[in-house]
Amino acid sequence: MTHLDALEHRSVHILREAYANFRQLCMLWSIGKDSTVLLWLARKAFFGHVPFPLVHIDTSYKIPEMIAYRDRLVAEWGLNLVYGQHQEALAAGRTFPLGAVDRLTCCGLLKTDALTRTLSGEGPRFRFNHTSGAYERDPNTEAYTGVIVGARADEEGSRSKERYFSPRSTRNQWDIGEQPPEFWQQYKTEFAPGTHVRIHPLLDWTELNIWQYIARESIPVVSLYFDQGPGTRYRSLGCAPCTAPITSTARTVEDIIRELETGALAHVAERSGRAQDAADGGGLESLRRGGYM
Amino acid sequence: MPIVVVGHVDHGKSTVVGRLLADTGSLPDGKLDQVRELCRRTSKPFEYAFLLDALRDERDQGITIDAARVFFKSALRHYVVLDAPGHVEFLRNMVTGAARADAALLVVDAREGVRENSRRHATMLAMLGVSHVAVIVNKMDLVGWSETAFAAVADEMRAFLTRLDVVPDAIVPVSGFEGVNLVTRGPEMPWYTGPAVLEVLDGFAAAAPPADAPFRLPVQDVYRFTRFGDDRRIVAGSIESGTIAAGDAVVFYPSGKRSRVASIEAFHAAPRTSASAGEATGFTLDEQIYTTRGELAARAGEPAPHVSTRLRASVFWLGRAPLVPGREYHLRLGTARVPMRVEHIEQVIDASTLTAGPATEVARNDVADCVLKLDRAVAFDLHADLPDTGRFVIVDDYEIRGGGIVREALADGDEAARDTVLLRNRKWEHSRLAPDLRAARYAQRPALVVVTGPRDMDRKGLAKHLEVRLFDAGRAVYFLGMANMLYGVDADIDRSLASRHEHFRRLGEIAHLMLDAGLVFIVSAAELRADDLDILRVSVPGEQLVTVWYGPAGAAEIATDLAVTDAATLDEAGALITDLLTARGVLPS
Repeated sequence: MTHLDALEHRSVHILREAYANFRQLCMLWSIGKDSTVLLWLARKAFFGHVPFPLVHIDTSYKIPEMIAYRDRLVAEWGLNLVYGQHQEALAAGRTFPLGAVDRLTCCGLLKTDALTRTLSGEGPRFRFNHTSGAYERDPNTEAYTGVIVGARADEEGSRSKERYFSPRSTRNQWDIGEQPPEFWQQYKTEFAPGTHVRIHPLLDWTELNIWQYIARESIPVVSLYFDQGPGTRYRSLGCAPCTAPITSTARTVEDIIRELETGALAHVAERSGRAQDAADGGGLESLRRGGYM
Repeated sequence: MPIVVVGHVDHGKSTVVGRLLADTGSLPDGKLDQVRELCRRTSKPFEYAFLLDALRDERDQGITIDAARVFFKSALRHYVVLDAPGHVEFLRNMVTGAARADAALLVVDAREGVRENSRRHATMLAMLGVSHVAVIVNKMDLVGWSETAFAAVADEMRAFLTRLDVVPDAIVPVSGFEGVNLVTRGPEMPWYTGPAVLEVLDGFAAAAPPADAPFRLPVQDVYRFTRFGDDRRIVAGSIESGTIAAGDAVVFYPSGKRSRVASIEAFHAAPRTSASAGEATGFTLDEQIYTTRGELAARAGEPAPHVSTRLRASVFWLGRAPLVPGREYHLRLGTARVPMRVEHIEQVIDASTLTAGPATEVARNDVADCVLKLDRAVAFDLHADLPDTGRFVIVDDYEIRGGGIVREALADGDEAARDTVLLRNRKWEHSRLAPDLRAARYAQRPALVVVTGPRDMDRKGLAKHLEVRLFDAGRAVYFLGMANMLYGVDADIDRSLASRHEHFRRLGEIAHLMLDAGLVFIVSAAELRADDLDILRVSVPGEQLVTVWYGPAGAAEIATDLAVTDAATLDEAGALITDLLTARGVLPS
């Protein structure tokens, strides 16, 4: 069994545990490479199907290719996609850089707040109707109690502290100092009313593992990850105003794997193109304690 | 390879890891300078340990608080360090890290020698089943690189590990501060000719999943995604040990139901006919049987797992409130989850000294030998035979509070009935109609409803009322009076207390037939006892059994799924039971 096989099997096991234990279960899909691998693993776990909704937080500032790619896979794979959006903040213009707020406030509103409210059901949910081919208001406003997330431990400091099943308080907050033990493939699948559990099947995967798996399984990813001429590509995807490409001529998945294996990017943080990390003092800790992915 | 670094507080675990990261060139550019700069700003002397403290509150508290993962690589392979902390109150984090690790580095201070948590962590490593253990005698620079000082600590540690049946793969003298004998050997200790820590790690073989052992797969779920147009009925789970192939006869425990593997299923993978330990897989069966999450699949012809409601186990406890006899907890073993009580604490072992003594409770961070009593039988192995299916966790108040390994399966008095059921299921002639087909036809799931209560309550009246009520609603339902049994099925046995066991065994068999026929089966029984229910549970799976107490409030002698007070009319009582059956998925909503 290869290392990639072992990672796949553990992730599949975790997804099945989540499905067996959480009635109100969803998976966050950011459209990026990690959560798309996670989506693929869900199809592995459930033999071609994804038996729970995929939740996407649409800040409305995502790079347009991301939304086009999302809607294509939703149709092709018959996915149950639900998106949430902070419509008040958008209407009031409380965004960066157009509005009068800084990057972190913008992230806090359009991502963290929108996520919290979409998960709890307080905020609007829009569900793709495969018959009409359009998004419609989702009648289900029940809070999700299990939320599957594609966070990886090697991505940045605070994510290395996560459990596979990580409890969040009633206010969606994360208490890093008081985490439950987790061993022998037994996870925190029981939870007090009002709290929910974040589930992290990709915790042990590295950036290289992700690309190796994308290559092995031929998983379609957004073209933004590849250099399409100007000698730059995106390594991590986010909102257009706060995400910058890196210098790289990798044009294919194999190029990216070679780039990572040869260490060409070894001394550049994966999220170096994400401006909010720098604004949060070099890590995502403050954002993540408050509920950020 | 996942590794864990454990040991007493301040013995230098984080420094050792910081050194392994820095000296193998595994740090991102500028990280070292960033931490040096931070130390300068906060007027603290730079330490390699700070490299790991990626989170602010760690630096503030001055102790590592979680099993944070960091990565480094040797020429041979990649390592992930689950940096387990040494502070005693964070034992739950240490357990979390160590349970995932293939190897452990146990760090001991050359000046202080073996301390409480050195022993405690060694004890936990032995219980958690970490394959390789290397002892690091750290801070050799502070004892003048003395061979005598090293030998004293090494002997003390080796003696302690021997009592735990742990043989260390190596004992290495190092200095985390000076970076000696971690990645490269230095000239400071010419008397030491063994390998450096990284060489020891590179020498470890990753534990291979036990593919040659008896087949065990805890059933995670049985999937049938008809709503996506997929009619396959797939038993899904991860193989803990052994190998399964299409055509193999499989037996599910504790039910003892048996079928044959028709196909190994996978999405976007080359077709295959077998699967082995370590794989998260799924298979279809050629004869449809009722099995469910919580059962343990084994292969016919291989040693079967144990099935019991009583077991002797070594337990470690992490909960703030002590583990006490009598209180209800939940035990999770494989995918089974059952209510559990501690019947008896045989002895509590002081993890720091390994001396044992009698006790009435198991305090936080203690290890004890206990007898556990479960509400329902589960299937398991002895830890000594098959570790992965011979261990469990204990849940209290939504949290995993402890873990344990099974030492012995104990008798619980229901072995004879269980053996009968196992034999019956092994010989069972399967109908061509799968249980799902009957469930779809009748729009209900089969269930046994037992109405009990004091002798003077009209249990029979309620049971008959329920039968009519469900029948009128279009359900397939049958009521059986006790008299109908006593003069027929039970005609050959007397009514003595001694025959009570046999009476309930037969009732369980009748229920099994009725449920197999897809019916909701209603019986009433006066003053039902817990051990009567235990016998019924041998034949009827827990999720198909619904118990109702009908009588004065608070007078129930056994725990039931529903209590209806004598103040309720038959109509009200019938409605309450119907609601429960709907909530349980027996009746359509």
